[in-house]
Amino acid sequence: MPVEIDIEHVAKLARLQLSKRERAELATQLGQILEHAARVGEVAADDVVPTASPIPRANVLRDDVVEPSLPVDEALRNAPERDGDRFRVPRIAETGT
Amino acid sequence: MTRPLGDLTGTELSAKLAAGDTSATEILASTQARIDAVDGQVRAFLTPTPQLASERADELDTYLSTGAPQSPVAGIPVALKDVLTTNGIRTTCGSKILETYVPPYDATAWTRLSGAGAVLVGKTNCDEFAMGSSNENSAYGPVYNPWDLERVPGGSSGGSAAAVAAGEAVWALGTDTGGSVRQPASLCGVVGLKPTYGRISRYGLIAFASSLDTVGTFTRSVRDAGSMLQVLAGHDPRDATSLDIPVPEYGAHLDEGVAGLRVGVVSEAFGEGVEPAVAASVRAAIERLAALGAEVGEAVLPHATYALSAYYLIAPSECSSNLARYDGVRYGLRAEGEHADSIAMMFATRGQGFGPEVKRRIMLGTYALSAGYYEAYYGQAQKVRTLVIRDYEAAFERFDVLVSPTSPTTAFRIGEKADDPMAMYLNDIFTIPANLAGVPAISVPCGLDDAGLPIGIQLTAPALDESTLLRAAHALESDLDLDLRPPLLAGL
Repeated sequence: MPVEIDIEHVAKLARLQLSKRERAELATQLGQILEHAARVGEVAADDVVPTASPIPRANVLRDDVVEPSLPVDEALRNAPERDGDRFRVPRIAETGT
Repeated sequence: MTRPLGDLTGTELSAKLAAGDTSATEILASTQARIDAVDGQVRAFLTPTPQLASERADELDTYLSTGAPQSPVAGIPVALKDVLTTNGIRTTCGSKILETYVPPYDATAWTRLSGAGAVLVGKTNCDEFAMGSSNENSAYGPVYNPWDLERVPGGSSGGSAAAVAAGEAVWALGTDTGGSVRQPASLCGVVGLKPTYGRISRYGLIAFASSLDTVGTFTRSVRDAGSMLQVLAGHDPRDATSLDIPVPEYGAHLDEGVAGLRVGVVSEAFGEGVEPAVAASVRAAIERLAALGAEVGEAVLPHATYALSAYYLIAPSECSSNLARYDGVRYGLRAEGEHADSIAMMFATRGQGFGPEVKRRIMLGTYALSAGYYEAYYGQAQKVRTLVIRDYEAAFERFDVLVSPTSPTTAFRIGEKADDPMAMYLNDIFTIPANLAGVPAISVPCGLDDAGLPIGIQLTAPALDESTLLRAAHALESDLDLDLRPPLLAGL
């Protein structure tokens, strides 16, 4: 059975604007893909430990030495909008009274 | 007829350069002439860099004329998949969202090649953010397979594979998350190597699925793949997953043959969906390995059929997290117009900037990671990953290398699978397990089908045993002695 998905909810989580047509297509396609993908449940028994990375490594730290970082101008060079040494964005909060 | 310089292997060019028989400028001129002649048809490049290449070759000739030591990479024209960052050179990932992005830093893989004297000829087209198996998902149009311009080159590193096949570069870098180096190598008739996860730094590889992404190489010989890996492999403090262990001499055992080598044929990989010509060609290659003294037996990877399902949960999950960074704030596209607030701007930017396949995978991953579904999808997929790793461990107790077809089919027609995501995903059924397990694998050309399209055989080895992988691949390549040249190059 194809899986039914609340496309609008998922698109909201992903912050992805979708047209009506895209939403309809994705509902069908994701349903089919997930039906196939759900087969993972057939073999993954409770006693199998999950693997997150093929070559596990933990606590990889470098020496605590200060090194030069990217100059501010370089870091801002690709900014869609800049205001001095800052990224400029549309408003992010309600204006207070 | 003598072939143009740019059609030689890197090993041959390096020898000529060392003997004073040619110069970096001459080699580059040959490659550049080929790009000029065929790239209007092949469309391998998104951003060619002829000016930079010419300056670089000049510098190199001046440097070498002083009698300075010459690395095996010096003067070799190299193309880079456009998901690897290049300082000062536009890097798009095949996406509209990065159309004008100029990175302020080089990917470590490129730093290493460049430092050893490689000459960058351009950035190559690919599926958007490396998501695809046909190069049709690029926002900048398809790449055309040099063997048949009506067919796909494979993907996602389609531009890099096509460039090496057509002599528009001697070597190229790609990236392989589920087969994106090996599958296009197979479809374009070149050698494609995906090393062990962590062997080559991912710094500057713009992330798709971080636990699977691997930098890989395209060459026209196995020996060249070893030369590239020699320079690329090694620890990089800028990538926490890069392995801090010694790098062997990959050329040291290359010519030792396969006598006594235990070769396991992955029996599941000859079933339904595999074109008869592909199965026959791969089986014939396996018979050659046996004739060369390899001990050939049957291997089983019982969970391989579940690997595809696990991959299409794990890769989109990681993708949905990695691609959250494209929000129109720090770099890349910001949707035009007045936005009510930053959140509205992000919705609009991402809706405009991403293409259909990227949206599909972001949605799939977001769903698989969302509350209530995480355990059933992502959690279970991670367990299947463990089972796939155990399958390999068991198989490598009995065998030194495993063999299978690289791809179930030869190059398919442009548009043929474009509207059917599941059919497209099945292209990677034999390549995906190696990514899940992190083990090295290589695709080597083993013949042509009746339509004259290349077929590739995949060899897989245990983690970090690239030496054995390359030795077996080299033995097979030498024995088959195919002289593959796309018909497009007739008279060039």
